[in-house]
Amino acid sequence: MKFTWFNLMPWPYLPDDFREKNRSVWVDIDQKLFDPAKSHEVYNTYMDLLEYADTLGFDGVGVNEHHQNGYGIMPSPNIIAAGLARRTKDAAIVVLGNSIALYNPPVRVAEEFAMLDCISGGRLVAGFPVGTSMDTNYCYGQIPSLTREKYNEAHDLIIKAWTTREPFAFNGRYNKLRHVNIWPRPIQEPRPPVHIPGGGSVETYDFCIDNTYSYSYLSFSGYLRAQALMNGYWKRVEERGVDKSPYRAGFAQTILVADTDEEAERLYSEHVSYFYNRCLHVYPGFADAPGYRTIKTIQTGALSQYAPPTGGYTQLTWKELTEQGHVIAGSPETVRQRMEDLIKGLNVGNIFCLMHVGNMPADKCMYSTKLFAEKVMPKLRNMFPDWEDDNRFWTQPLKSRVTSGSLPKQAPTSAELAATYGVEA
Amino acid sequence: MDLKTVSTHHVPVRYLEGGSGPALVFLHGAGGVTADDPLLAELAKTHHVYAPLIPGYGDSEECPEIRDMLDFTLHTWDVVAALGLTDPVLVGHSMGGMIAAEMAAIQPHDVSRLALICPAGLWDDEHPIADLFATLPFEMPALLFHDAVAGAAMLTAGRNVTDPNFLQTYLVNNARQLGMAGRILFPIPERGLQQRMYRITAKTVIVWGDSDRLIPPVYAHGFKKGIAGASLVSIPEAGHMVTLEKPPLVAEAVRGLG
Repeated sequence: MKFTWFNLMPWPYLPDDFREKNRSVWVDIDQKLFDPAKSHEVYNTYMDLLEYADTLGFDGVGVNEHHQNGYGIMPSPNIIAAGLARRTKDAAIVVLGNSIALYNPPVRVAEEFAMLDCISGGRLVAGFPVGTSMDTNYCYGQIPSLTREKYNEAHDLIIKAWTTREPFAFNGRYNKLRHVNIWPRPIQEPRPPVHIPGGGSVETYDFCIDNTYSYSYLSFSGYLRAQALMNGYWKRVEERGVDKSPYRAGFAQTILVADTDEEAERLYSEHVSYFYNRCLHVYPGFADAPGYRTIKTIQTGALSQYAPPTGGYTQLTWKELTEQGHVIAGSPETVRQRMEDLIKGLNVGNIFCLMHVGNMPADKCMYSTKLFAEKVMPKLRNMFPDWEDDNRFWTQPLKSRVTSGSLPKQAPTSAELAATYGVEA
Repeated sequence: MDLKTVSTHHVPVRYLEGGSGPALVFLHGAGGVTADDPLLAELAKTHHVYAPLIPGYGDSEECPEIRDMLDFTLHTWDVVAALGLTDPVLVGHSMGGMIAAEMAAIQPHDVSRLALICPAGLWDDEHPIADLFATLPFEMPALLFHDAVAGAAMLTAGRNVTDPNFLQTYLVNNARQLGMAGRILFPIPERGLQQRMYRITAKTVIVWGDSDRLIPPVYAHGFKKGIAGASLVSIPEAGHMVTLEKPPLVAEAVRGLG
């Protein structure tokens, strides 16, 4: 099993009447609600929490990309990842991911991911999402019905840039480059492991199978509702005649642990409510630009998860959110049981643990994270013994790695340098 | 109007045909056009009307190869040629007006009469055009019609919105139609017409509904200024769907081209 501690980085200061007074948390969210001075502490606390997860033995720490978004203040996950690459020791740096259709040229992503892999000593997991319609179309202006074509070209260019050992020309429709020759290139050979966040687009299943990438379903509505979608994925895997390694799939789940189920509700319910009631308040007009989803995908009935359920999330109580599996919360034993159901039911080897939720303060987040790491994670380690050696979807870091802060405490003196390097005659 | 098919280089193209008289090509807006369109009926009283559907509209085949403005423009010229027409009266509404204007700019010697009905294609920072692609269905009538209530009735006529399959059909149509339209309209419906408009030599009439809330009537002046000798016909009590709200007045303006 691979557990990645994931932080969406929500803005924790959305007002109580946010929903009533604003039409969307995303795209055209009110500028005045962001306070740059307050963000100084928010960012640093969030990065501290990611670093804390590394010290507790999580397999990865995860970041992602959103734009103009009140629940994800990470337009550039690579900036956060760069900090993590320096300040964490063992955890994989899971960047899930860079929306590669947005970068011009996408070689930039190949370069930045290579830098992250080099700085971290080969700990990068590279994510390539098509991106949500909100980010890709409404914020970044990509033409909806051409987004996938542009994405595919960007993907081909990045992989070729990572794996080709001499300069080459790339004559794409969206990228004309005479001299592609990225420098640096990643440590991991032939390339870092790739995870593809998807939301039920059937084309993405085949794309993952064809390229041996892990398919990640990043849902906020929990494992019970994800069953149908993941069944569709595994059915496709079977049809294509490839193995059903659980590491071919990942799933994001909100997880909150306390001493008892009652304590979990007492400590966390307001933060869960903040997330589901305020943070997911997306104007439906931004949820799905016409042409962004393919006809085939629409016909399978996969609607955007940002199209809210009838009545909205506001009517969902703590009890409903936990019983319906949006959130897995409770005592270590409760969480363990439900996590087992999730892992077995969805057959997923990669879990993206959403352990910071909404406006949760750092102390509660540390408490929950520590309990999960110490009392739940160890009991879930051995869920798939048959696939223990499957390393196709995870990092292969250098055996010997340096960490930040390796310089001597003081600059050497002239005499010390002379002792080290000799004195020129 | 009869729905027919003509072969073109890229894909078979569906088109509506009816009426008799001088040939007239009508290019529809982002919402498409159907056989019972009142403006087509009106134009067919005096003209032999051809209304080709952009690939992906109605039941027509999609065309992935048509991606940008030049592709749309040349494809539509291909359609005119495939229909065997020479110098038809060229009429376009909204997105269709944008395509018609581009056609007239690119091949000015092949168009002598041009009617642009509240066309897209220009952008003015002082008067931003509403984002059609972020507009919800229930918001459409107020944006598109002078009379939103009557407009809503026109938009939903013949549709069973309580049918469980309605939503999926609606989403598929939107993906096919607005997905295609987005290639020249998203996110800003401007692809350089401003700097090509000067090439238009056709006798041109610009038609605008006074209460157009999608593309404000101020845009009429941009077209009038950019196309030498163009005349403007303003139609009161009509919105962007002036083609549905005041078809006789629109047809009269088109007939004025001779």
